[in-house]
Amino acid sequence: MAATRTSRRASARTREPASEGMAKRLAPRRDVPVVELRGVSKVYDGGSVGLEQAWMRIARGEFVFLVGPTGCGKSTTLKLLLKEMEPSEGEVLISGSDVSRIPRRKVPYLRRNIGVVFQDYKLLPNRTIYANVAYSLEVIGEGRASIRRKVPEILRLVGLSTKLHSYPDELSGGEQQRVSIARAFVNHPPLLLADEPTGNLDPETSIGIMQLIYRINRAGTTVIVATHDRDMVDKMRRRVIELQDGRVIRDQLSGLYRPDESTREFGIRLRGESPGAGLEGRPS
Amino acid sequence: MRIGFFVKEAFRALKRSAAPSLAATLTILLTALVLGVFIPIVQATTGTANEVRGRVVVDAYVKPDASGTQIEELRQALIATPNVANVEYISKEKALAREKERNADAYQLLGSNPLPDAFRITPADPDGSEALVASLSSPADEKSADTARAGPLGAIDEVRNREEETEKILSATGLVKLLTAGLAALLVFASIALIANTIRLSIFARRREVEVMRLVGATNWFIRWPFVIEGVVVGLMGGAAAIGLLYLAKVVFVDPLSHRFALLAAPETIHFPLLVALLMGACIAVSALGSGLTLRRFLRV
Ligand SMILES: Nc1ncnc2c1ncn2[C@@H]1O[C@H](COP(=O)(O)OP(=O)(O)OP(=O)(O)O)[C@@H](O)[C@H]1O
Ligand SMILES: [Mg+2]
Repeated sequence: MAATRTSRRASARTREPASEGMAKRLAPRRDVPVVELRGVSKVYDGGSVGLEQAWMRIARGEFVFLVGPTGCGKSTTLKLLLKEMEPSEGEVLISGSDVSRIPRRKVPYLRRNIGVVFQDYKLLPNRTIYANVAYSLEVIGEGRASIRRKVPEILRLVGLSTKLHSYPDELSGGEQQRVSIARAFVNHPPLLLADEPTGNLDPETSIGIMQLIYRINRAGTTVIVATHDRDMVDKMRRRVIELQDGRVIRDQLSGLYRPDESTREFGIRLRGESPGAGLEGRPS
Repeated sequence: MRIGFFVKEAFRALKRSAAPSLAATLTILLTALVLGVFIPIVQATTGTANEVRGRVVVDAYVKPDASGTQIEELRQALIATPNVANVEYISKEKALAREKERNADAYQLLGSNPLPDAFRITPADPDGSEALVASLSSPADEKSADTARAGPLGAIDEVRNREEETEKILSATGLVKLLTAGLAALLVFASIALIANTIRLSIFARRREVEVMRLVGATNWFIRWPFVIEGVVVGLMGGAAAIGLLYLAKVVFVDPLSHRFALLAAPETIHFPLLVALLMGACIAVSALGSGLTLRRFLRV
């Protein structure tokens, strides 16, 4: 197991120039942040607020955790970056270019540079696991031989080598999540957005997945992980951006999931002695 | 490699959504059958009508006292007249023989031949027969006898348009044509609406799939090609089935009966191979365009 991991790491390293090439396409200059939000607000049709005056800058090669209570706007942020929808206000910039200025025709090319692990997986229901992962390579016109090589490799990496020909509805939630991860990673995109990548996984597998993301980040990919996984955030000690009600309330280098809470304070909160901070603040 | 991938995708989708595909195929089949039956019918009635119009003739009766040279000059003059396709000389003897054949008893009673010599003129354009009659007979009616009789046309006694009877046939076939064409148009319209709806349903069922494809960076055409190919395959299957049925109907029913019904044997009826090509083209175009265009709405993600 250790041996295969090392070889995996080695192969990730050999592919480094390629992914750096892709990264350059997204980030032509080192000083331009890969992701920048300038006063972005998003009000949904129903009137609910997804984001409110959010500002952030994420440089190339960074590893960022996006944390906050449920409904604080993490998924909204990621959807805006993917141009799944338009902001109501403000500018969303990827490598310095405003995504709302990207014509519809060019949007696919933006998305090919962004690997996404969706919170609801978004697997193609009528395709096998193998075909699901292969699809994101077929989309970019990858050769058949290279698809045959890369897909089983990435699926082995997420621990699904025995389920290649199963369909998504034949998998557990955690397994589907790993397929989603494999699909997002398989073409080594320069920007990786992961929405709850460890949400449904046991601690052991979670660590495996975080290792994978870490390795991808080391190879030059900018990584944004939206998560409720307190353990992971606290252990990794990376940059943390915390959202609340659509606003950025904390942006801290090598931060904790919730930095300013002692055991005593948590005890108070647990016993419900502090009103307004009930279950909502805890991961679901 | 790309084309192979798209074709494979199309067949994968067809196999998976067998029921909607079958529904689409059947709709195409029905449309093609409707077209396949109505195109020949419309064609045949048009053909019959044209044939009847072809029979429009103008008779120019020759004066009883005209000499042989005058008659020959008249023939030359008639041939030179505009809008004259054919000139046939019918001597009074010939005319009598013909009439006797038709109505032997009536002519038996006549001692002498009451019929004049005549030229039967077939106009090049049946619609211009009225004008032709006018141009041949006007000098006789209005101008002074001397000037008019001077030319070879002077030998004409009377010009008559034999159109009156054909008029009725023409209006009858015209009505049939209009009715069948209207009915066919209606049916085709209904079928096309049905096809569009079938395709919309099958795509609607796959809109989530299309949305995900968009999110992982597939271009519109990358998503669309398999759908278009799927449409072509559906059109091909429906069209082929319809043509098979039509061919069967032709061999079993139409061909054995064709010698009995003038309509079926009408020379202008569309050739079967041409009909096949036309139907196949229509089926494929309709279903390929249908799926390609319907997809537009779901490609806005
Ligand atoms: N499609 C939508 N239509 C209307 N409101 C929405 C929509 N998506 C999200 N919202 C609202 O926007 C707010 C932010 O949602 P978002 O999905 O960004 O939260 P989140 O931080 O990802 O939460 P979670 O941790 O539970 O995934 C919520 O109040 C939610 O109700
Ligand atoms: Mg979310």
